[in-house]
Amino acid sequence: MNRYKTEKVVPYVILTILGIMFILPLLWVLFASFDPNAQQSLKMPSSFTLTNFTSIFTDPANLRSFGIGLFISVGQAVLVVMVAIMAAYPLSRYALKFKKPFMYTILFMTALPITAVMVPVYQLFIYLNMQDSLIGTILFLTASGLPYAIWMMKNFMDSVPLELEESAWIDGASVWAGLRRVVAPLMIPGICTVAIFTFSGSWGNFFVPYILIQTPDKFPASVTIFQFFGTFGMIEYGKLAAFSMVYTMPSVILYIFSQKFMSTGFSLGGASKG
Amino acid sequence: MSTNTAVSPVVTIKQKTRRDHTLLKSVLFLLPAWILLLIFFVGPILLTFYFAFTNLTLTGTEAKSTEFIGFQNFVTMFQDPDFRISVVKTIVFLLFSAVIGQQVLGFILAVLMKEKNKTFRRIIGIIVLAGWVTPEIVVAFCWVAFLSDNGTLNMVLQHIGMKPVTWMYTFPMVSVVIANIWHGTAFSMLVFQAALDDVPKSVEEAAVMDGANKFQVLFRIVLPMVKGSIVTNMILVTLQTLGVFTLIFAMTGGGPGTSTQTLPIFMYNQAFVNYQLGYGTAISLILLVIGIGASLIYMRSMKAEI
Repeated sequence: MNRYKTEKVVPYVILTILGIMFILPLLWVLFASFDPNAQQSLKMPSSFTLTNFTSIFTDPANLRSFGIGLFISVGQAVLVVMVAIMAAYPLSRYALKFKKPFMYTILFMTALPITAVMVPVYQLFIYLNMQDSLIGTILFLTASGLPYAIWMMKNFMDSVPLELEESAWIDGASVWAGLRRVVAPLMIPGICTVAIFTFSGSWGNFFVPYILIQTPDKFPASVTIFQFFGTFGMIEYGKLAAFSMVYTMPSVILYIFSQKFMSTGFSLGGASKG
Repeated sequence: MSTNTAVSPVVTIKQKTRRDHTLLKSVLFLLPAWILLLIFFVGPILLTFYFAFTNLTLTGTEAKSTEFIGFQNFVTMFQDPDFRISVVKTIVFLLFSAVIGQQVLGFILAVLMKEKNKTFRRIIGIIVLAGWVTPEIVVAFCWVAFLSDNGTLNMVLQHIGMKPVTWMYTFPMVSVVIANIWHGTAFSMLVFQAALDDVPKSVEEAAVMDGANKFQVLFRIVLPMVKGSIVTNMILVTLQTLGVFTLIFAMTGGGPGTSTQTLPIFMYNQAFVNYQLGYGTAISLILLVIGIGASLIYMRSMKAEI
């Protein structure tokens, strides 16, 4: 009986310890952001204040960096979704000779580390006269997000029955109209998943804008936070923590939101049968 | 996932639409994706192979007249002690943070959380996921604060009567490895949770009936059944970790000295700090080739999916 009890309790103990180890670094950011005199170590704020947040939100430079971050991330997400839906359509609906090699190439591309090509991308941007351009950055990010998006969209589209589309064609709709009015609305969960995934990836991306954008006025929030970190170092902990909190929020909210759609996203499919 | 559902539409479509139109339409639909991928994805990859064999620099006389210099960059690279250090650092970082750290911890979490109290399971899940959802640059900042001389970890150590440690200077590699484990474990946990859910309960029960204990069930029955997921997850996590730049760059900048200078940091330093773009690209090429190799293995493991 005793042994049975220990067997039941031990996992809870281990999990609780792991949980505490995981939450400690985050708690500091949370407490420090509300603390008027935050220190490096974790402590309950002696008084509770919002001044760290108001000082972040009243600084026009910070607001601009959040705006630019939104512009890049929304721009990329919208472009990725549109281009990927279009690309997924023939891949899902038609028998094409190049389908298999193309899908293999796409799968291959999803796994390549983008870090490895950033030096030549920088040089490419100089050739194309696009260095320091937000639009150029969006286009590059779009291309880097496309392989995964096309892969997901094709799978989502495969599950939309063709019959519905056919009846639209009989009513005189073109293929394009069928895609827009029948297929796309039925894929809303899939579209949201891809859009959220793309947005979050872009919002959290530091390396790409750090390399491609040079003017501080054009830095998105991810780069500004790094500048902040570098300039004020570990002096104004409270403000830095507040900035981090505000910057992290969109990722957290969108993740929670995406949970509605992503229930099947993590099973690695056929691979588990290997 | 797709093969079964895709068969019937294809047949009907063949009957309904004219073939030449199908091809034209397909090309039109795929054109935007192709153009973007060609310029911004395939282009840079091809350029990597080209620039790696040139003396391209950002400033100085070579900036104007870039020349093809054959394998010179690679000769320099293999004689460069810093390169060898970077390779070792990259392997250490990959092995401890991805292959061992995230995978083992993710697996332990998934196994322990199985069939536990639902609320408890959720709370632990949310805490682990929080580290994953947090953007890399904020992760770096959290951990710099956590590990700093007067940080939370040292405060805890002093409470239990131990001496504070200057983590970032004394154990820089350990610091970035732990931060990366903290950031990435949730992915492996989710993958393994999904895989474990696919293991039929009856199989485990049968083993228990035959007298197997918990560890035997885990190692002899469950582990072999989720082997496929482990392999795929291992490749994916390795690829993700291979490209980690932001975390290390923001935490230690590759230092102190060269102690955390992995290949991406070394590449960045050569290309954008020393302005040797050609040399930097040659290092990129090494990263890219490792990435291509791992991607090919990944594709083979996913073959059933297309």
